[in-house]
Amino acid sequence: MNAERPIVDENVSRTELKTAVADAPLQHNHPDSLPAALETTVVKSWKAPIAFGIFSIIAILLFVVFGREGTSGFRLSTDSDFFQIPTIQAPTRATDIVLTVLLVALAAYSAFLVSRSRPVRLWVTVVFAVLFLVGFLTWASAGATIPVPGLLVGAVGLSVPLVFGALGGVISERVGVVNVAIEGQLLAGAFVSAIVASVTGQPVLGLLSAMAAGVLVSFVLAAFSIKYFVDQVIVGVVLNVLVTGLTSFLYSQVLSKNTELLNNSGTIRLPRLPIPGLSEIPILGPVLFRQTIIVYILYVAVAVVFFALFKTRWGLRLRAVGEHPQAADTVGINVARTRFWNVSLAGAIAGLGGAYFTMGSVGSFNKEMTAGAGFIALAAVIFGRWDPIRATLAALLFGFASNLQSVLSIIGSPVPSEFMLMLPYLVTIFAVAGVVGRVRGPAASGKPYIKS
Amino acid sequence: MKLELRGITKRFGALTANDHIDLTIEPGEIHCLLGENGAGKSTLMNVLYGLYKAEEGEILLDDVVQHFAGPGDAMAAGIGMVHQHFMLIPVFTVAENVMLGHEKTNAAGVLDLGAAREKVREISERFGFHVDPDALVDDLPVGVQQRVEIIKALSRDAKVLVFDEPTAVLTPQETDELMTIMRQLKAAGTSIVFITHKLREVREVADRITVIRLGKVVGEASPTATNAELASLMVGRAVELTVHKDPAQPGADAFVVSNLSVIDPHGQLVVNNVSFDVRAGEILAIAGVQGNGQTELTEAIMGLQPRVRGDITLDGRSIRGLSVKQVLASGIGFVPEDRKEDGLVGEFTIAENLMLDRSDGPPFVKAGTLQLNYLNEFAEQKSKEFDVRSQGITTPVGRLSGGNQQKVVLARELSRDLRLFMAAQPTRGIDVGSIEFVHKRIVATRDAGIPVIVVSTELDEVVALADRIAVMYRGTIVGIVPGDTPRDVLGLMMAGEVPDSVTSPPEGAAA
Repeated sequence: MNAERPIVDENVSRTELKTAVADAPLQHNHPDSLPAALETTVVKSWKAPIAFGIFSIIAILLFVVFGREGTSGFRLSTDSDFFQIPTIQAPTRATDIVLTVLLVALAAYSAFLVSRSRPVRLWVTVVFAVLFLVGFLTWASAGATIPVPGLLVGAVGLSVPLVFGALGGVISERVGVVNVAIEGQLLAGAFVSAIVASVTGQPVLGLLSAMAAGVLVSFVLAAFSIKYFVDQVIVGVVLNVLVTGLTSFLYSQVLSKNTELLNNSGTIRLPRLPIPGLSEIPILGPVLFRQTIIVYILYVAVAVVFFALFKTRWGLRLRAVGEHPQAADTVGINVARTRFWNVSLAGAIAGLGGAYFTMGSVGSFNKEMTAGAGFIALAAVIFGRWDPIRATLAALLFGFASNLQSVLSIIGSPVPSEFMLMLPYLVTIFAVAGVVGRVRGPAASGKPYIKS
Repeated sequence: MKLELRGITKRFGALTANDHIDLTIEPGEIHCLLGENGAGKSTLMNVLYGLYKAEEGEILLDDVVQHFAGPGDAMAAGIGMVHQHFMLIPVFTVAENVMLGHEKTNAAGVLDLGAAREKVREISERFGFHVDPDALVDDLPVGVQQRVEIIKALSRDAKVLVFDEPTAVLTPQETDELMTIMRQLKAAGTSIVFITHKLREVREVADRITVIRLGKVVGEASPTATNAELASLMVGRAVELTVHKDPAQPGADAFVVSNLSVIDPHGQLVVNNVSFDVRAGEILAIAGVQGNGQTELTEAIMGLQPRVRGDITLDGRSIRGLSVKQVLASGIGFVPEDRKEDGLVGEFTIAENLMLDRSDGPPFVKAGTLQLNYLNEFAEQKSKEFDVRSQGITTPVGRLSGGNQQKVVLARELSRDLRLFMAAQPTRGIDVGSIEFVHKRIVATRDAGIPVIVVSTELDEVVALADRIAVMYRGTIVGIVPGDTPRDVLGLMMAGEVPDSVTSPPEGAAA
């Protein structure tokens, strides 16, 4: 080996390189002709089979060993449907044994797949979850009848604010601002819409004022996080506390002293608007088409947000700012302005969701009536992988879990009600921690964009 | 279009990054801006592009004074930029990236992706780029990503195109292709500003050269100037262009990696069945373009990667699966590739950074208490030994220059009893003086009989230091070749080809 090698002087090698490249028998591959993905290998993950196994054991214990005798009923129709579907009556124990066998078979199948280094597909998980749920319902309703439409109507009802909140969360996070303040936006929307609707008697004004209230909360979040680079999570948490404190104070000092004028459920509550024809379809009709105007707005909102986010200029720029603000800046997009107005828009959507608490369901404002819905909505955003449709489905799942708990306590299930109260939150934790695992959110979410 | 910068001054606090810089780019010329890391080249171009606001000075296009409030204005005026760190959204397709910021939509406000695809195809064809408009940018090799950046600028009719350190991420062959593209653009009438610190590239394509040092224009040079002339102009003194090193005296195999694979969260083999060995007293350089598994390989050795297959032995003892602390205790010194992120705590002082990995016992800690006297003495001595230039050992390392920061990392890692020294990108982004120092210390470590691994994407550095060279490509080692292998062969290997002249490496070290 020689003692000295040049670092920079490349006169000689430069010319050599040219000739060598020209003469090289093997021409240099053009980069495009290369496959982009690297070779892959399968890492055996026993997570799914183990989880299935645990649930199978629970099923065996609950459904078979401690199985309940009797008949389980599922009522599928309401009185006002087109035609009536008869109530299904199933022998509790026999049905559960069949379902348990299926569950065990699925768990074994997933173990087989993993041992062969093949992935466990999503449908296996979905089928497993549905079978387990049916088994559980059958077990819990031994000797009683579950009103399925009622269960689902309630689920949609509880989901509405969650979906609005999740849509607000999706927009906000996609543009790069973590929206922990959904809870505050919901509560502000609920509070303001109740007062405005009660005083004016105009539901439209109530809804608009709810949006305005959500926007106001968003303004604070946007101003502090975008203009002053304060930690977005901290601002969000503080805002939640602030809105909770403010509305509780005003409720006890002002609203409760003049309920007739300011918190009158007679003028606040929106009427249900059944859609002729559609509302008479069994199961679907009562669940989807005998709702208030807010729910119909929700259907439109989900579709519009989904379409706009992925197909329009607004959506493209919004996502660009949330992924790589500097790149957006270099093509002339004003990052701060884009973030500010979209966070405001997110607040308006969440505020509308808040109005559902007062105008859509309860009919009057109560202290802390959102009860953590904003945080569940945030979980739905993550569980839904920052996608409006998936986040909506996640919110529906959480809503379903909440309503399942109340329906079961009404028909008198053997599970202690305290335990059932945990159900929606357990579902949330399992969904976010277990099923989601590692997902990639918008790259710049939560990071302030500081220009020099 | 003629571009003129007059008296541009840009300050960051006390630091003057650009000091009254004058620069004229004639229509249809390739103008090189040559200068060391931190000389102020990128700052100047960011001023031109409207990303920074200059304190003084003006920008003229065809003798008309311009006022750019942001990059949007600069682009509208015909200035395009290919950034050093690509300004592409990885989760978007090529067409989406190209259209971003000047999207065509139909009446309903829906994006007209068809038009964007057509534009990408048209420009691709004009310059022979072969870019698929529907490919996700994240999936493209960096060379192609760079072309997307060029297409992006051209799709807005850029008349002046700025390339900011464009070759840093390219293989030598891709660099040659880029040079060809630049000449094509020039022939089409585009003015080009080419920012670099690599002398070879400058002399290859430049029509004129302006040299910048410490924020000031220090002179113009012609492309016929010698390397030594350019280097001394750039650095401000005569530069030693070579590393002095005696022939290696390799001893026994000290560090052996066999069939090592690293699996990323997506199941991809980012390091794929890699085997090599390093003998005591030799430098093995791991060459390759950024992102071909070098980072993951060093992390796997340090115990920083969760999914690793294969075996790693140091002096006959397996260190695979050990915790980072145990790996360090077994005598491995490691200079990570990103010193600010992984090598140092910016808010800590020089002294505190020097003891970061030795906080669990004497001599720095006794009974849970820092031994400050000993630490200060130690820090003073090491600062002197490693020529760390600062206002004192209590200076936070975040305030030091890149070169001095790297010396602190080096001082910490080399002051333990080492059985293996591994340095990743040891001279990235540091000044020439510090590069010389770092190289000397690496060679000195080798001469002390310690096996040394140097991971570098800079072919110059690899050739200067290595006794043997392993070239990595897409997670595998293409081949292990002697240190005096010609550059063109290394270049081909960096693109994944094994030239006929490379016989299969000895000792079963093939991948």
